[in-house]
Amino acid sequence: MTALSVTSLCKHFGGLRVTTNVNLAVAPGERRLIIGPNGAGKTTLFNLITGEIAPDSGSIRLFEQDITRVSVHRRPHLGMARTYQIITLFASDTILRNVTLALLGLSPLRWSLLRDLDHQYELVERARAALARVGLAGIADRPLSQTSYGERRRVEIAMALAQDPKVLLLDEPFAGLSIDERRDVRQLLNAIPREVTVVMIEHNMDVALDWAERITLLHFGEVIVEGTRAEVVANPRTREVYLGH
Amino acid sequence: MTGRLRYVAIAIALALLATLPMWVGNSYYINIASQILLFAVFALALNVLVGYAGLVSLGHAGLFAIAGYSGALMLQAGYGHLVADSTAMAITLVASALFAALALRSTGIGFLMITLALGQIVWGVAYRWASLTNGDNGVNVSTRPAPFGLSLASAPSFYFATLVVFLLAMASMAVFVRSPFGASLRGTRDQARRMNALGYNVWLIRFLAIVFSGFWTGVAGLLFIYYNQFISPQVSALTASAEVLLMVISGGTATLFGPVAGAAIVVIMKNVVSAYIERWNLVLGVIFVVIISFMPEGLVPGTVRLVRWGWRRLRSKAGASAARPNERTTERSSERPSEERVP
Repeated sequence: MTALSVTSLCKHFGGLRVTTNVNLAVAPGERRLIIGPNGAGKTTLFNLITGEIAPDSGSIRLFEQDITRVSVHRRPHLGMARTYQIITLFASDTILRNVTLALLGLSPLRWSLLRDLDHQYELVERARAALARVGLAGIADRPLSQTSYGERRRVEIAMALAQDPKVLLLDEPFAGLSIDERRDVRQLLNAIPREVTVVMIEHNMDVALDWAERITLLHFGEVIVEGTRAEVVANPRTREVYLGH
Repeated sequence: MTGRLRYVAIAIALALLATLPMWVGNSYYINIASQILLFAVFALALNVLVGYAGLVSLGHAGLFAIAGYSGALMLQAGYGHLVADSTAMAITLVASALFAALALRSTGIGFLMITLALGQIVWGVAYRWASLTNGDNGVNVSTRPAPFGLSLASAPSFYFATLVVFLLAMASMAVFVRSPFGASLRGTRDQARRMNALGYNVWLIRFLAIVFSGFWTGVAGLLFIYYNQFISPQVSALTASAEVLLMVISGGTATLFGPVAGAAIVVIMKNVVSAYIERWNLVLGVIFVVIISFMPEGLVPGTVRLVRWGWRRLRSKAGASAARPNERTTERSSERPSEERVP
Protein backbone atom coordinates (compact mmCIF):
# COMPACT_ATOMS: atom_id res chain seq x y z
CA MET A 1 0.00 0.00 0.00
CA THR A 2 1.36 3.40 -0.96
CA ALA A 3 -0.21 6.73 -0.14
CA LEU A 4 1.05 8.30 -3.32
CA SER A 5 2.68 6.58 -6.21
CA VAL A 6 3.88 7.97 -9.47
CA THR A 7 4.81 5.61 -12.28
CA SER A 8 6.89 6.40 -15.38
CA LEU A 9 5.65 9.98 -15.41
CA CYS A 10 6.78 12.06 -18.38
CA LYS A 11 6.14 15.65 -19.38
CA HIS A 12 7.82 17.89 -21.89
CA PHE A 13 7.21 21.49 -22.85
CA GLY A 14 8.21 21.62 -26.51
CA GLY A 15 11.75 20.30 -26.65
CA LEU A 16 12.30 20.71 -22.92
CA ARG A 17 11.85 17.50 -20.96
CA VAL A 18 10.80 18.69 -17.51
CA THR A 19 9.78 15.32 -16.14
CA THR A 20 11.48 12.22 -17.44
CA ASN A 21 10.28 8.80 -16.39
CA VAL A 22 9.79 9.73 -12.76
CA ASN A 23 8.85 6.98 -10.31
CA LEU A 24 7.87 7.75 -6.76
CA ALA A 25 6.35 5.60 -4.04
CA VAL A 26 5.47 7.35 -0.80
CA ALA A 27 4.26 5.18 2.09
CA PRO A 28 1.34 6.25 4.29
CA GLY A 29 2.51 8.61 7.01
CA GLU A 30 5.90 9.10 5.42
CA ARG A 31 7.77 12.41 5.40
CA ARG A 32 9.29 12.70 1.97
CA LEU A 33 11.57 15.45 0.83
CA ILE A 34 12.07 16.19 -2.84
CA ILE A 35 15.18 18.22 -3.44
CA GLY A 36 16.95 19.48 -6.51
CA PRO A 37 18.53 22.63 -7.85
CA ASN A 38 16.45 25.37 -9.50
CA GLY A 39 14.82 24.10 -12.66
CA ALA A 40 15.00 20.46 -11.65
CA GLY A 41 11.27 20.08 -12.28
CA LYS A 42 10.12 19.90 -8.66
CA THR A 43 7.15 22.22 -8.93
CA THR A 44 6.20 20.71 -12.29
CA LEU A 45 6.11 17.33 -10.58
CA PHE A 46 3.70 18.78 -7.99
CA ASN A 47 1.58 20.33 -10.73
CA LEU A 48 1.41 16.94 -12.42
CA ILE A 49 0.46 15.21 -9.17
CA THR A 50 -2.28 17.75 -8.40
CA GLY A 51 -3.49 17.68 -12.00
CA GLU A 52 -2.83 21.31 -12.91
CA ILE A 53 -0.75 19.95 -15.78
CA ALA A 54 -1.65 16.78 -17.66
CA PRO A 55 1.23 14.32 -18.08
CA ASP A 56 2.29 13.07 -21.52
CA SER A 57 2.50 9.54 -20.17
CA GLY A 58 2.67 7.63 -16.93
CA SER A 59 0.23 7.36 -14.07
CA ILE A 60 -0.47 8.79 -10.62
CA ARG A 61 -2.13 6.82 -7.85
CA LEU A 62 -3.56 8.02 -4.57
CA PHE A 63 -4.01 5.11 -2.16
CA GLU A 64 -3.99 2.68 -5.10
CA GLN A 65 -6.70 4.65 -6.90
CA ASP A 66 -5.64 5.82 -10.35
CA ILE A 67 -6.16 9.60 -10.41
CA THR A 68 -4.17 10.40 -13.56
CA ARG A 69 -7.31 11.54 -15.38
CA VAL A 70 -9.18 12.93 -12.37
CA SER A 71 -9.72 16.71 -12.67
CA VAL A 72 -7.85 19.14 -10.43
CA HIS A 73 -10.87 20.13 -8.37
CA ARG A 74 -11.84 16.51 -7.63
CA ARG A 75 -8.47 15.60 -6.14
CA PRO A 76 -8.88 17.59 -2.91
CA HIS A 77 -12.09 15.61 -2.32
CA LEU A 78 -10.00 12.44 -2.53
CA GLY A 79 -7.67 13.68 0.20
CA MET A 80 -4.98 15.66 -1.57
CA ALA A 81 -3.99 19.18 -0.54
CA ARG A 82 -1.17 21.44 -1.60
CA THR A 83 0.50 24.73 -0.82
CA TYR A 84 2.17 27.04 -3.28
CA GLN A 85 5.74 28.23 -3.46
CA ILE A 86 4.49 31.65 -4.52
CA ILE A 87 1.93 32.61 -1.88
CA THR A 88 -1.53 32.23 -3.41
CA LEU A 89 -4.05 33.63 -0.97
CA PHE A 90 -7.13 35.85 -1.05
CA ALA A 91 -5.47 39.16 -0.32
CA SER A 92 -8.58 41.26 0.31
CA ASP A 93 -10.10 38.83 2.80
CA THR A 94 -9.32 38.11 6.43
CA ILE A 95 -7.18 35.17 7.49
CA LEU A 96 -10.31 33.50 8.84
CA ARG A 97 -12.12 33.89 5.52
CA ASN A 98 -9.16 32.38 3.69
CA VAL A 99 -9.31 29.26 5.84
CA THR A 100 -13.11 29.18 5.72
CA LEU A 101 -12.88 29.11 1.94
CA ALA A 102 -10.56 26.13 2.19
CA LEU A 103 -13.12 24.28 4.30
CA LEU A 104 -16.01 25.38 2.10
CA GLY A 105 -14.24 23.87 -0.91
CA LEU A 106 -14.89 20.38 0.42
CA SER A 107 -18.39 21.10 1.67
CA PRO A 108 -21.56 20.73 -0.42
CA LEU A 109 -22.53 24.09 1.09
CA ARG A 110 -20.31 25.77 -1.48
CA TRP A 111 -23.16 25.62 -4.01
CA SER A 112 -25.66 27.23 -1.66
CA LEU A 113 -27.14 30.47 -2.86
CA LEU A 114 -29.60 31.07 -0.07
CA ARG A 115 -27.55 30.81 3.10
CA ASP A 116 -25.33 33.46 4.65
CA LEU A 117 -21.73 32.27 4.76
CA ASP A 118 -21.03 34.28 7.92
CA HIS A 119 -23.78 32.33 9.65
CA GLN A 120 -22.28 28.93 8.87
CA TYR A 121 -20.97 28.84 12.42
CA GLU A 122 -19.86 25.23 12.31
CA LEU A 123 -17.67 25.94 9.29
CA VAL A 124 -16.29 29.15 10.76
CA GLU A 125 -15.56 27.42 14.08
CA ARG A 126 -13.65 24.71 12.28
CA ALA A 127 -11.68 27.39 10.47
CA ARG A 128 -10.83 29.01 13.83
CA ALA A 129 -9.74 25.65 15.18
CA ALA A 130 -7.51 25.11 12.15
CA LEU A 131 -5.94 28.52 12.76
CA ALA A 132 -5.43 27.73 16.43
CA ARG A 133 -3.44 24.66 15.40
CA VAL A 134 -0.97 26.84 13.52
CA GLY A 135 -0.85 29.50 16.21
CA LEU A 136 -2.73 32.15 14.26
CA ALA A 137 -5.96 32.17 16.27
CA GLY A 138 -5.09 35.55 17.78
CA ILE A 139 -5.02 37.32 14.42
CA ALA A 140 -7.74 35.31 12.67
CA ASP A 141 -9.86 38.38 11.95
CA ARG A 142 -7.04 40.45 10.55
CA PRO A 143 -7.17 41.23 6.82
CA LEU A 144 -4.52 39.32 4.98
CA SER A 145 -3.07 42.58 3.67
CA GLN A 146 -2.03 43.43 7.24
CA THR A 147 -0.08 40.26 7.90
CA SER A 148 3.61 39.52 7.60
CA TYR A 149 5.13 37.27 5.00
CA GLY A 150 5.86 34.63 7.60
CA GLU A 151 2.25 34.66 8.78
CA ARG A 152 1.06 34.25 5.21
CA ARG A 153 3.26 31.21 4.82
CA ARG A 154 1.54 29.71 7.82
CA VAL A 155 -1.89 30.64 6.44
CA GLU A 156 -0.92 28.76 3.25
CA ILE A 157 -0.21 25.68 5.32
CA ALA A 158 -3.25 26.19 7.56
CA MET A 159 -5.53 26.23 4.53
CA ALA A 160 -4.15 22.92 3.30
CA LEU A 161 -4.23 21.37 6.78
CA ALA A 162 -7.77 22.57 7.43
CA GLN A 163 -8.93 20.28 4.65
CA ASP A 164 -7.74 17.26 6.65
CA PRO A 165 -5.79 15.84 3.75
CA LYS A 166 -4.43 12.32 3.59
CA VAL A 167 -1.59 13.49 1.39
CA LEU A 168 -0.17 16.97 1.85
CA LEU A 169 2.11 18.50 -0.77
CA LEU A 170 4.21 21.42 0.45
CA ASP A 171 5.96 23.51 -2.17
CA GLU A 172 8.94 25.22 -0.51
CA PRO A 173 7.21 26.18 2.73
CA PHE A 174 10.42 27.79 4.01
CA ALA A 175 11.01 30.01 0.99
CA GLY A 176 11.88 33.57 1.95
CA LEU A 177 11.51 33.08 5.70
CA SER A 178 13.76 34.43 8.44
CA ILE A 179 15.36 32.02 10.91
CA ASP A 180 12.65 32.70 13.51
CA GLU A 181 9.88 32.22 11.02
CA ARG A 182 11.45 29.01 9.81
CA ARG A 183 11.39 27.72 13.35
CA ASP A 184 7.66 28.53 13.58
CA VAL A 185 6.90 26.73 10.34
CA ARG A 186 9.09 23.86 11.43
CA GLN A 187 7.11 23.46 14.66
CA LEU A 188 3.94 23.56 12.64
CA LEU A 189 5.17 20.77 10.37
CA ASN A 190 6.28 18.68 13.33
CA ALA A 191 2.78 18.93 14.75
CA ILE A 192 1.14 17.44 11.65
CA PRO A 193 -0.40 14.14 12.73
CA ARG A 194 1.17 10.91 11.57
CA GLU A 195 -1.87 9.86 9.55
CA VAL A 196 -1.01 12.58 7.08
CA THR A 197 1.55 11.73 4.43
CA VAL A 198 3.68 14.76 3.68
CA VAL A 199 5.71 15.41 0.56
CA MET A 200 7.82 18.56 0.63
CA ILE A 201 9.78 20.33 -2.05
CA GLU A 202 12.80 22.29 -0.98
CA HIS A 203 15.76 23.45 -2.94
CA ASN A 204 17.74 24.50 0.06
CA MET A 205 18.86 21.16 1.39
CA ASP A 206 19.84 21.94 4.97
CA VAL A 207 16.51 23.57 5.84
CA ALA A 208 14.52 20.39 5.91
CA LEU A 209 17.10 17.66 5.89
CA ASP A 210 16.49 16.47 9.44
CA TRP A 211 12.72 16.59 8.90
CA ALA A 212 12.75 14.08 6.05
CA GLU A 213 12.63 10.33 6.37
CA ARG A 214 13.29 9.64 2.75
CA ILE A 215 14.72 11.98 0.17
CA THR A 216 14.34 12.05 -3.59
CA LEU A 217 16.83 14.06 -5.60
CA LEU A 218 15.61 15.45 -8.89
CA HIS A 219 17.88 16.83 -11.56
CA PHE A 220 16.77 17.93 -15.04
CA GLY A 221 13.46 16.17 -14.50
CA GLU A 222 14.98 12.83 -13.54
CA VAL A 223 15.24 11.03 -10.24
CA ILE A 224 18.98 10.82 -9.64
CA VAL A 225 19.12 9.44 -6.11
CA GLU A 226 16.53 8.17 -3.71
CA GLY A 227 16.88 6.73 -0.26
CA THR A 228 17.03 7.48 3.43
CA ARG A 229 18.52 10.73 4.60
CA ALA A 230 21.91 9.14 5.30
CA GLU A 231 22.00 7.31 1.99
CA VAL A 232 21.23 10.37 -0.06
CA VAL A 233 23.66 12.60 1.77
CA ALA A 234 26.42 10.00 1.45
CA ASN A 235 25.79 9.40 -2.23
CA PRO A 236 28.56 10.92 -4.37
CA ARG A 237 26.02 11.91 -7.05
CA THR A 238 24.21 14.11 -4.56
CA ARG A 239 27.39 16.03 -3.95
CA GLU A 240 28.13 16.18 -7.63
CA VAL A 241 24.70 17.28 -8.84
CA TYR A 242 23.30 19.13 -5.92
CA LEU A 243 25.99 20.44 -3.67
CA GLY A 244 28.04 21.37 -6.67
CA HIS A 245 31.39 19.97 -5.58
CA MET B 1 -21.41 53.80 6.79
CA THR B 2 -21.92 52.23 10.14
CA GLY B 3 -24.69 49.68 10.57
CA ARG B 4 -27.49 51.86 11.86
CA LEU B 5 -26.79 54.78 9.56
CA ARG B 6 -26.91 52.36 6.68
CA TYR B 7 -30.33 51.07 7.63
CA VAL B 8 -31.63 54.60 8.03
CA ALA B 9 -30.29 55.53 4.60
CA ILE B 10 -31.89 52.43 3.05
CA ALA B 11 -35.22 53.18 4.75
CA ILE B 12 -35.18 56.77 3.47
CA ALA B 13 -34.28 55.59 -0.04
CA LEU B 14 -37.12 53.05 0.04
CA ALA B 15 -39.60 55.66 1.23
CA LEU B 16 -38.50 58.05 -1.52
CA LEU B 17 -38.75 55.34 -4.17
CA ALA B 18 -42.16 54.21 -2.99
CA THR B 19 -43.59 57.74 -3.07
CA LEU B 20 -41.75 58.92 -6.17
CA PRO B 21 -44.80 59.30 -8.46
CA MET B 22 -46.43 61.55 -5.85
CA TRP B 23 -43.62 64.04 -5.52
CA VAL B 24 -42.45 63.87 -9.13
CA GLY B 25 -45.90 64.22 -10.60
CA ASN B 26 -44.94 64.66 -14.23
CA SER B 27 -45.31 61.32 -16.03
CA TYR B 28 -42.28 62.09 -18.22
CA TYR B 29 -40.04 62.02 -15.16
CA ILE B 30 -41.83 59.01 -13.70
CA ASN B 31 -41.01 57.19 -16.92
CA ILE B 32 -37.39 58.18 -16.58
CA ALA B 33 -37.41 56.73 -13.07
CA SER B 34 -38.82 53.48 -14.51
CA GLN B 35 -36.04 53.48 -17.08
CA ILE B 36 -33.41 53.99 -14.41
CA LEU B 37 -34.78 51.06 -12.42
CA LEU B 38 -34.96 48.70 -15.38
CA PHE B 39 -31.45 49.56 -16.49
CA ALA B 40 -30.34 49.19 -12.88
CA VAL B 41 -31.61 45.59 -13.01
CA PHE B 42 -29.57 45.11 -16.21
CA ALA B 43 -26.47 46.67 -14.62
CA LEU B 44 -26.89 44.57 -11.46
CA ALA B 45 -26.97 41.48 -13.65
CA LEU B 46 -23.80 42.46 -15.47
CA ASN B 47 -22.15 43.33 -12.16
CA VAL B 48 -22.38 39.67 -11.16
CA LEU B 49 -19.88 38.96 -13.90
CA VAL B 50 -17.81 42.14 -14.01
CA GLY B 51 -17.68 42.72 -10.26
CA TYR B 52 -17.91 39.36 -8.58
CA ALA B 53 -16.66 36.94 -11.23
CA GLY B 54 -14.02 39.22 -12.75
CA LEU B 55 -15.35 38.35 -16.21
CA VAL B 56 -15.95 41.42 -18.38
CA SER B 57 -18.70 40.79 -20.91
CA LEU B 58 -19.28 43.04 -23.91
CA GLY B 59 -22.14 40.93 -25.21
CA HIS B 60 -24.76 41.39 -22.57
CA ALA B 61 -26.93 43.56 -24.80
CA GLY B 62 -27.21 40.41 -26.91
CA LEU B 63 -28.82 38.50 -24.03
CA PHE B 64 -30.97 41.53 -23.19
CA ALA B 65 -32.15 41.63 -26.81
CA ILE B 66 -32.76 37.87 -26.97
CA ALA B 67 -35.17 38.20 -24.05
CA GLY B 68 -36.76 41.30 -25.54
CA TYR B 69 -37.18 39.91 -29.04
CA SER B 70 -38.40 36.49 -27.83
CA GLY B 71 -41.03 38.17 -25.68
CA ALA B 72 -42.05 40.70 -28.33
CA LEU B 73 -42.31 38.11 -31.12
CA MET B 74 -44.30 35.71 -28.95
CA LEU B 75 -46.70 38.51 -28.03
CA GLN B 76 -46.99 39.51 -31.67
CA ALA B 77 -47.78 35.89 -32.55
CA GLY B 78 -50.75 36.16 -30.20
CA TYR B 79 -49.53 34.36 -27.08
CA GLY B 80 -50.50 35.62 -23.65
CA HIS B 81 -48.08 37.54 -21.44
CA LEU B 82 -47.39 34.67 -19.08
CA VAL B 83 -46.55 32.23 -21.88
CA ALA B 84 -44.57 34.82 -23.83
CA ASP B 85 -42.57 35.95 -20.82
CA SER B 86 -41.78 32.51 -19.47
CA THR B 87 -40.78 31.27 -22.92
CA ALA B 88 -38.62 34.35 -23.38
CA MET B 89 -36.94 33.68 -20.02
CA ALA B 90 -36.35 30.03 -20.93
CA ILE B 91 -34.82 31.03 -24.27
CA THR B 92 -32.63 33.62 -22.53
CA LEU B 93 -31.40 31.08 -19.98
CA VAL B 94 -30.51 28.63 -22.76
CA ALA B 95 -28.78 31.42 -24.66
CA SER B 96 -26.86 32.41 -21.49
CA ALA B 97 -25.74 28.81 -21.05
CA LEU B 98 -24.60 28.75 -24.67
CA PHE B 99 -22.81 32.09 -24.27
CA ALA B 100 -21.17 30.72 -21.13
CA ALA B 101 -20.07 27.45 -22.72
CA LEU B 102 -18.42 29.33 -25.59
CA ALA B 103 -17.00 32.32 -23.71
CA LEU B 104 -15.59 30.26 -20.84
CA ARG B 105 -13.09 28.72 -23.20
CA SER B 106 -11.16 31.75 -22.03
CA THR B 107 -10.99 34.46 -19.36
CA GLY B 108 -9.80 38.08 -19.41
CA ILE B 109 -9.48 39.68 -22.85
CA GLY B 110 -10.37 36.38 -24.53
CA PHE B 111 -13.67 36.26 -22.64
CA LEU B 112 -14.36 39.87 -23.57
CA MET B 113 -13.73 39.23 -27.26
CA ILE B 114 -15.87 36.09 -27.42
CA THR B 115 -18.79 37.80 -25.68
CA LEU B 116 -18.37 40.77 -28.01
CA ALA B 117 -18.57 38.44 -31.01
CA LEU B 118 -21.63 36.66 -29.61
CA GLY B 119 -23.35 39.98 -29.00
CA GLN B 120 -22.60 41.03 -32.56
CA ILE B 121 -24.12 37.78 -33.85
CA VAL B 122 -27.35 38.61 -32.03
CA TRP B 123 -27.23 42.11 -33.47
CA GLY B 124 -26.66 40.64 -36.96
CA VAL B 125 -29.64 38.33 -36.59
CA ALA B 126 -31.86 41.15 -35.30
CA TYR B 127 -30.78 43.44 -38.10
CA ARG B 128 -30.60 41.11 -41.12
CA TRP B 129 -33.00 38.25 -40.44
CA ALA B 130 -35.88 40.49 -41.40
CA SER B 131 -38.41 37.69 -41.93
CA LEU B 132 -38.08 36.81 -38.25
CA THR B 133 -37.22 40.09 -36.54
CA ASN B 134 -38.65 42.62 -38.99
CA GLY B 135 -35.10 44.00 -39.36
CA ASP B 136 -34.54 47.68 -38.83
CA ASN B 137 -38.26 48.34 -38.43
CA GLY B 138 -38.31 46.47 -35.15
CA VAL B 139 -41.18 44.77 -33.38
CA ASN B 140 -44.08 46.49 -31.66
CA VAL B 141 -45.48 45.37 -28.35
CA SER B 142 -49.07 46.51 -28.30
CA THR B 143 -50.06 45.78 -24.68
CA ARG B 144 -48.57 45.76 -21.23
CA PRO B 145 -49.48 42.89 -18.92
CA ALA B 146 -51.96 43.32 -16.09
CA PRO B 147 -50.63 41.20 -13.23
CA PHE B 148 -53.35 40.35 -10.67
CA GLY B 149 -55.73 42.46 -12.70
CA LEU B 150 -53.70 45.64 -12.19
CA SER B 151 -53.24 47.54 -15.40
CA LEU B 152 -49.72 48.79 -16.04
CA ALA B 153 -50.73 51.17 -18.80
CA SER B 154 -50.13 54.39 -16.85
CA ALA B 155 -46.68 55.72 -16.00
CA PRO B 156 -47.06 55.44 -12.19
CA SER B 157 -48.43 51.88 -12.30
CA PHE B 158 -45.63 50.76 -14.59
CA TYR B 159 -43.15 52.49 -12.30
CA PHE B 160 -44.43 50.54 -9.28
CA ALA B 161 -44.23 47.24 -11.18
CA THR B 162 -40.65 48.05 -12.20
CA LEU B 163 -39.84 49.04 -8.63
CA VAL B 164 -41.05 45.68 -7.34
CA VAL B 165 -38.89 43.82 -9.87
CA PHE B 166 -35.95 46.07 -9.09
CA LEU B 167 -36.28 45.43 -5.34
CA LEU B 168 -36.45 41.70 -5.99
CA ALA B 169 -33.28 41.95 -8.08
CA MET B 170 -31.55 43.94 -5.31
CA ALA B 171 -32.63 41.42 -2.70
CA SER B 172 -31.42 38.51 -4.79
CA MET B 173 -28.06 40.26 -5.25
CA ALA B 174 -27.76 40.95 -1.53
CA VAL B 175 -28.46 37.30 -0.74
CA PHE B 176 -26.13 36.12 -3.49
CA VAL B 177 -23.24 38.28 -2.29
CA ARG B 178 -23.41 36.88 1.24
CA SER B 179 -23.97 33.29 0.18
CA PRO B 180 -21.30 30.61 0.09
CA PHE B 181 -21.76 30.52 -3.68
CA GLY B 182 -21.08 34.25 -3.86
CA ALA B 183 -17.92 33.79 -1.81
CA SER B 184 -16.88 30.95 -4.12
CA LEU B 185 -17.41 33.15 -7.16
CA ARG B 186 -15.32 35.96 -5.69
CA GLY B 187 -12.66 33.37 -4.91
CA THR B 188 -12.54 32.33 -8.55
CA ARG B 189 -12.09 35.99 -9.45
CA ASP B 190 -9.18 36.49 -7.05
CA GLN B 191 -7.37 33.15 -7.19
CA ALA B 192 -8.85 30.82 -9.77
CA ARG B 193 -5.96 28.39 -9.56
CA ARG B 194 -6.11 28.13 -5.81
CA MET B 195 -9.88 27.64 -5.90
CA ASN B 196 -9.45 24.66 -8.20
CA ALA B 197 -6.82 23.22 -5.89
CA LEU B 198 -9.18 23.72 -2.92
CA GLY B 199 -11.82 21.54 -4.55
CA TYR B 200 -14.00 24.13 -6.27
CA ASN B 201 -15.14 23.46 -9.82
CA VAL B 202 -14.12 26.88 -11.09
CA TRP B 203 -15.56 26.37 -14.56
CA LEU B 204 -18.97 25.33 -13.25
CA ILE B 205 -19.06 28.19 -10.72
CA ARG B 206 -18.42 30.69 -13.53
CA PHE B 207 -20.94 28.96 -15.77
CA LEU B 208 -23.67 29.19 -13.13
CA ALA B 209 -22.78 32.83 -12.47
CA ILE B 210 -23.26 33.64 -16.16
CA VAL B 211 -26.64 31.90 -16.16
CA PHE B 212 -27.63 33.81 -12.99
CA SER B 213 -26.55 37.04 -14.64
CA GLY B 214 -28.42 35.99 -17.78
CA PHE B 215 -31.60 35.51 -15.76
CA TRP B 216 -31.69 39.10 -14.52
CA THR B 217 -30.54 40.39 -17.90
CA GLY B 218 -33.56 38.62 -19.37
CA VAL B 219 -35.87 40.15 -16.78
CA ALA B 220 -34.48 43.58 -17.63
CA GLY B 221 -34.98 42.86 -21.34
CA LEU B 222 -38.65 42.03 -20.77
CA LEU B 223 -39.14 45.12 -18.62
CA PHE B 224 -37.60 47.10 -21.44
CA ILE B 225 -40.03 45.89 -24.12
CA TYR B 226 -42.97 46.56 -21.85
CA TYR B 227 -41.67 50.00 -21.00
CA ASN B 228 -40.78 50.93 -24.56
CA GLN B 229 -43.49 48.83 -26.25
CA PHE B 230 -41.05 48.46 -29.11
CA ILE B 231 -37.74 46.73 -29.77
CA SER B 232 -35.27 47.29 -32.58
CA PRO B 233 -31.76 45.98 -33.40
CA GLN B 234 -30.26 49.07 -31.76
CA VAL B 235 -30.93 47.43 -28.38
CA SER B 236 -28.47 44.63 -29.17
CA ALA B 237 -25.75 46.87 -30.59
CA LEU B 238 -22.23 46.99 -29.17
CA THR B 239 -22.88 50.51 -27.89
CA ALA B 240 -25.69 49.13 -25.73
CA SER B 241 -23.33 46.56 -24.21
CA ALA B 242 -20.72 49.24 -23.65
CA GLU B 243 -23.30 51.52 -22.05
CA VAL B 244 -24.35 49.01 -19.42
CA LEU B 245 -20.69 48.17 -18.78
CA LEU B 246 -20.08 51.88 -18.17
CA MET B 247 -22.98 51.93 -15.71
CA VAL B 248 -21.33 49.15 -13.71
CA ILE B 249 -17.81 50.55 -13.84
CA SER B 250 -18.71 54.19 -13.17
CA GLY B 251 -21.03 53.30 -10.29
CA GLY B 252 -18.61 50.86 -8.72
CA THR B 253 -18.03 47.21 -9.54
CA ALA B 254 -18.62 44.54 -6.90
CA THR B 255 -20.94 46.81 -4.91
CA LEU B 256 -24.69 46.54 -4.50
CA PHE B 257 -25.51 50.18 -5.11
CA GLY B 258 -22.84 51.06 -7.65
CA PRO B 259 -24.64 49.69 -10.72
CA VAL B 260 -27.83 51.47 -9.63
CA ALA B 261 -26.02 54.81 -9.39
CA GLY B 262 -24.35 54.13 -12.73
CA ALA B 263 -27.69 53.36 -14.36
CA ALA B 264 -29.11 56.60 -12.95
CA ILE B 265 -26.28 58.70 -14.37
CA VAL B 266 -26.42 57.21 -17.84
CA VAL B 267 -30.22 57.29 -18.12
CA ILE B 268 -30.45 60.86 -16.83
CA MET B 269 -27.73 62.00 -19.21
CA LYS B 270 -29.42 60.31 -22.14
CA ASN B 271 -32.88 61.62 -21.43
CA VAL B 272 -32.68 64.81 -19.44
CA VAL B 273 -29.39 66.41 -20.35
CA SER B 274 -29.86 65.57 -24.04
CA ALA B 275 -32.91 67.85 -24.02
CA TYR B 276 -30.69 70.83 -23.19
CA ILE B 277 -27.33 69.94 -24.68
CA GLU B 278 -27.16 68.37 -28.08
CA ARG B 279 -23.74 66.84 -27.45
CA TRP B 280 -24.84 65.03 -24.30
CA ASN B 281 -22.42 62.22 -25.10
CA LEU B 282 -19.62 64.70 -24.52
CA VAL B 283 -21.02 65.58 -21.09
CA LEU B 284 -21.35 61.88 -20.27
CA GLY B 285 -17.76 61.34 -21.36
CA VAL B 286 -16.51 64.18 -19.17
CA ILE B 287 -18.44 62.80 -16.20
CA PHE B 288 -16.86 59.40 -16.68
CA VAL B 289 -13.39 60.87 -16.96
CA VAL B 290 -13.97 62.80 -13.74
CA ILE B 291 -15.25 59.68 -11.96
CA ILE B 292 -12.36 57.54 -13.14
CA SER B 293 -9.82 60.26 -12.23
CA PHE B 294 -11.05 60.97 -8.73
CA MET B 295 -12.83 57.75 -7.85
CA PRO B 296 -11.21 54.94 -9.79
CA GLU B 297 -13.16 52.47 -7.68
CA GLY B 298 -16.45 53.96 -8.91
CA LEU B 299 -18.93 56.56 -7.77
CA VAL B 300 -20.50 54.76 -4.81
CA PRO B 301 -17.38 53.38 -3.10
CA GLY B 302 -15.55 56.60 -4.01
CA THR B 303 -18.19 58.79 -2.38
CA VAL B 304 -18.19 56.59 0.71
CA ARG B 305 -14.42 57.00 0.89
CA LEU B 306 -14.57 60.79 0.51
CA VAL B 307 -17.38 61.18 3.03
CA ARG B 308 -15.49 59.05 5.51
CA TRP B 309 -12.35 61.04 4.92
CA GLY B 310 -14.23 64.32 5.47
CA TRP B 311 -15.92 62.93 8.57
CA ARG B 312 -12.60 61.88 10.00
CA ARG B 313 -11.05 65.26 9.38
CA LEU B 314 -14.01 66.94 11.00
CA ARG B 315 -13.77 64.63 13.98
CA SER B 316 -10.03 65.01 14.43
CA LYS B 317 -10.45 68.78 14.47
CA ALA B 318 -13.24 68.58 17.02
CA GLY B 319 -11.21 66.01 18.91
CA ALA B 320 -8.13 68.24 18.99
CA SER B 321 -10.05 71.12 20.55
CA ALA B 322 -11.93 69.00 23.04
CA ALA B 323 -9.05 66.56 23.54
CA ARG B 324 -11.31 63.57 23.70
CA PRO B 325 -9.57 60.63 25.27
CA ASN B 326 -11.18 57.95 23.11
CA GLU B 327 -10.20 59.63 19.87
CA ARG B 328 -7.95 56.85 18.73
CA THR B 329 -10.49 54.12 19.07
CA THR B 330 -13.25 56.03 17.31
CA GLU B 331 -10.92 56.82 14.47
CA ARG B 332 -10.01 53.18 14.18
CA SER B 333 -13.57 52.04 13.91
CA SER B 334 -14.37 54.58 11.26
CA GLU B 335 -11.43 53.29 9.25
CA ARG B 336 -13.00 49.92 8.81
CA PRO B 337 -13.29 48.91 5.17
CA SER B 338 -16.53 49.81 3.48
CA GLU B 339 -19.24 47.40 4.42
CA GLU B 340 -20.92 47.74 1.14
CA ARG B 341 -18.05 46.90 -1.11
CA VAL B 342 -17.48 43.17 -0.95
CA PRO B 343 -13.95 42.69 -2.12
